[in-house]
Amino acid sequence: MLPFDLAIPSQLMQAYLPDIVLMGGGMLLLLWAVWRPESEAHSRSVAFLALGVCAAALAAVIWSWRMAFTATNGPVAVDGFRWASDVVILLGTMMTLAIAVDFNARMKLVAAESHVLTLLAASGMMLLSGARDLMLMFLGIELMSVSVYVLTGIDRRSGRGAEASLKYFLLGCFSSAFLLYGIALVYGATGSTNLITIGERFTTPAVSEQPMMLVGLALLLVGFAFKVAAAPFHMWTPDVYDGAPAPYSGFMACAVKTASFAALLRVCLEAVGPGSEKWHLALWWLAAATMVVGNLFALQQRNVKRMLSYSSIAHAGFLLVAVTAQTPEGAAAVVFYLVAYTLATLGAFAVVVALNEGKDGPADIGDYAGLWTVRPGLAMAMAVFMLALLGFPLVGGMGFFAKWYVLQAALKAPAPQTKLSIILVLATVVSAGFYLYVVMVMFMRPRPEGAAAPPPSSPMLRFVIATSVALILVLGLYPSPAVRLAQHSTARSFAPAAPKAAAVPAAASP
Amino acid sequence: MIGPALFFSACLFAIGVMGVLTRRNALILFMCVELMLNAVNLSFVALSKLHGVGGQVFVIFVMTVAAAEAAVGLAIVIAVFRHFRTVDLGALRLLRG
Repeated sequence: MLPFDLAIPSQLMQAYLPDIVLMGGGMLLLLWAVWRPESEAHSRSVAFLALGVCAAALAAVIWSWRMAFTATNGPVAVDGFRWASDVVILLGTMMTLAIAVDFNARMKLVAAESHVLTLLAASGMMLLSGARDLMLMFLGIELMSVSVYVLTGIDRRSGRGAEASLKYFLLGCFSSAFLLYGIALVYGATGSTNLITIGERFTTPAVSEQPMMLVGLALLLVGFAFKVAAAPFHMWTPDVYDGAPAPYSGFMACAVKTASFAALLRVCLEAVGPGSEKWHLALWWLAAATMVVGNLFALQQRNVKRMLSYSSIAHAGFLLVAVTAQTPEGAAAVVFYLVAYTLATLGAFAVVVALNEGKDGPADIGDYAGLWTVRPGLAMAMAVFMLALLGFPLVGGMGFFAKWYVLQAALKAPAPQTKLSIILVLATVVSAGFYLYVVMVMFMRPRPEGAAAPPPSSPMLRFVIATSVALILVLGLYPSPAVRLAQHSTARSFAPAAPKAAAVPAAASP
Repeated sequence: MIGPALFFSACLFAIGVMGVLTRRNALILFMCVELMLNAVNLSFVALSKLHGVGGQVFVIFVMTVAAAEAAVGLAIVIAVFRHFRTVDLGALRLLRG
C-alpha cells in the first residue's frame, strides 16, 4: 500500500479518520446534549452515546492499525505508535465515562455537557499523540487542557472543585506559555515546526549548539514537565486531583499523562534524537527527581486521592526512565506501562467513587478500614490495583511486567541507565510503604463502630472495576502478545527516522 | 530588526513570568499569562521574517486559543468568586496537605 500523501486533502482526511469520528461525534453530541432540557435521564443517555462514539473511534483506530497505513512526512504521523497511544487514550476515556455515570448519580450532579467535554478532551489527546508538527502539538495540548480545566470544576456547587479548577487553569496556562515560547525558539533556530525537518537540521552542530535552540528545548521540556507532572513542576497536581471530581482526577492521571508522554516521546525520538547530551541530562535529572519526590511525599498522605496523585507523579518518574533511554524499545515500554498504569489508576479511582456516599470532601483513608468485612469484592479489587501500581509479581499482574520492561529498556539502551535503574528499584521499595498501607488498612484494621457500609455500586461501576482487575491479571499472566505488539509497532514507527538521522552527519562530514 | 524584536519579546515574557510568580490576584495572574502569550506572538512574527509565513499562521492559532482560554478562565474566576467572595489565591485554602 502506498503511503498517504498528506498534501492531498482526501488522503489527509483518511489519515485523520479516527480523530474525525471522535471530534465530529463529540460536536454532534454537544448539539444533542443541549437540545433537550436538563434531566438525569438525558445526561445518562448522553454518557452512553459518548461511550458509543468512543467505541466507533476505537474501531477506526484498530482498522487503521490493521491496515498498516503509512504516510509521507507531514503534519500528522501515521504509524503504530500513534495507534497504540490512541488505544490507551480511548481505554482511559471509556473508563472515565463509565465511572462518571455512577459518580454523577451519587452526587446528584446533572451535567450532560461533562461527557461531551470528556470526548473533546480525548480528541485533543488523539491529536497530540499523532502530531508531527509543533503547531498541531500546541493545538492538541490546548484542546485537551481547556476541556479538562472545565471538567475539574464541573460540579459548580463544590468550592473545592472551583479552587482546583482555578489552580489548574492558572498553572496550565503558565506552562502552555513556556511550551509555546520553546516552540517559538525552536522554530527560530531551525526554521520549521515539523519534527522530522527539525530532526534533520538538528544533526548539524551549528543548529544543535545554538543558544536559541538550547533555550528553546529547555522551555519545551519545562512545558512538557508541567503537563506530565514531573518534579519540580508537579506542585499543582495534588491540589487539583484532590479537588476535582474523582472520575476526572483519574482521567487527568491517566489519559492526559498518556497523551503528553506520547508527544514527549515523539519529540525525543524524531526531533531531538539521541545525539543531544544536554537534553539527555535534563531528562535524567527530571526522571530521578520525580521518582524521589513522588514516592517520598506519597508516604505521608492520609487522603487516598492525594496519595494517588503523588503516586501518579511517581509513575511519571518511572515512565521518564524509559523516555531517557531514547530508543524505540523505550517507547514500547512506555506504551505497555501506560496500559497497566491506566487500568490500575482508573480502577483505583473507580473504587474511590464506589466508597463515596455523595459527600464532597477529602477521601479519607479511615473510610477504607475493615472494607474487607463489608465489601470483600471491592477490597480485593483495590488490593489488586495497589499491588499492580507497586509492581508486585503475580498478584500485581501486569504492573510487575510494566516495570520489568521499563528497566530492560533502560539497561539495554545504547547508553545504559544503570543509576536511574537503581533509583527506580529503590523508589519502588519506598512505594510499598503507601500502597501496602492501603491494603493493610482494608484487610487488618477493624471497621469503626457504627460506620455504615458503603452504598451499593451500579452495575456499570462494578463492570469497570471487574474488567480492569481481569485485564490486569490476564495481561500479567500472558504479557508477551501485548508486549510484542507494542515493540513491533514502535520499532516500525521510529525505525526510518534513526538511519536518516545517522546518515546526515556522515554525508556532511567529508 | 529581528534582534531587538526578539529581545523585546524576551523582556515582555520575563515581565509576565515575574508577575505570575509574585502576584496573588487571579485576574492579574491571568493578565500576566496573556502578556507571556503575546510576547511569544511577537517572537513568531519577528521570526517569520526569517523563515516565511509559518510563524504568522502560528500567531493566528495562538490568538484563537488565547481567546478560548480567556472564555473558560473568566468563567472559572467567576465560579471561584461565587464560592469565596474573593479571587485572591492566598484565600483559597480548602485544598491543603
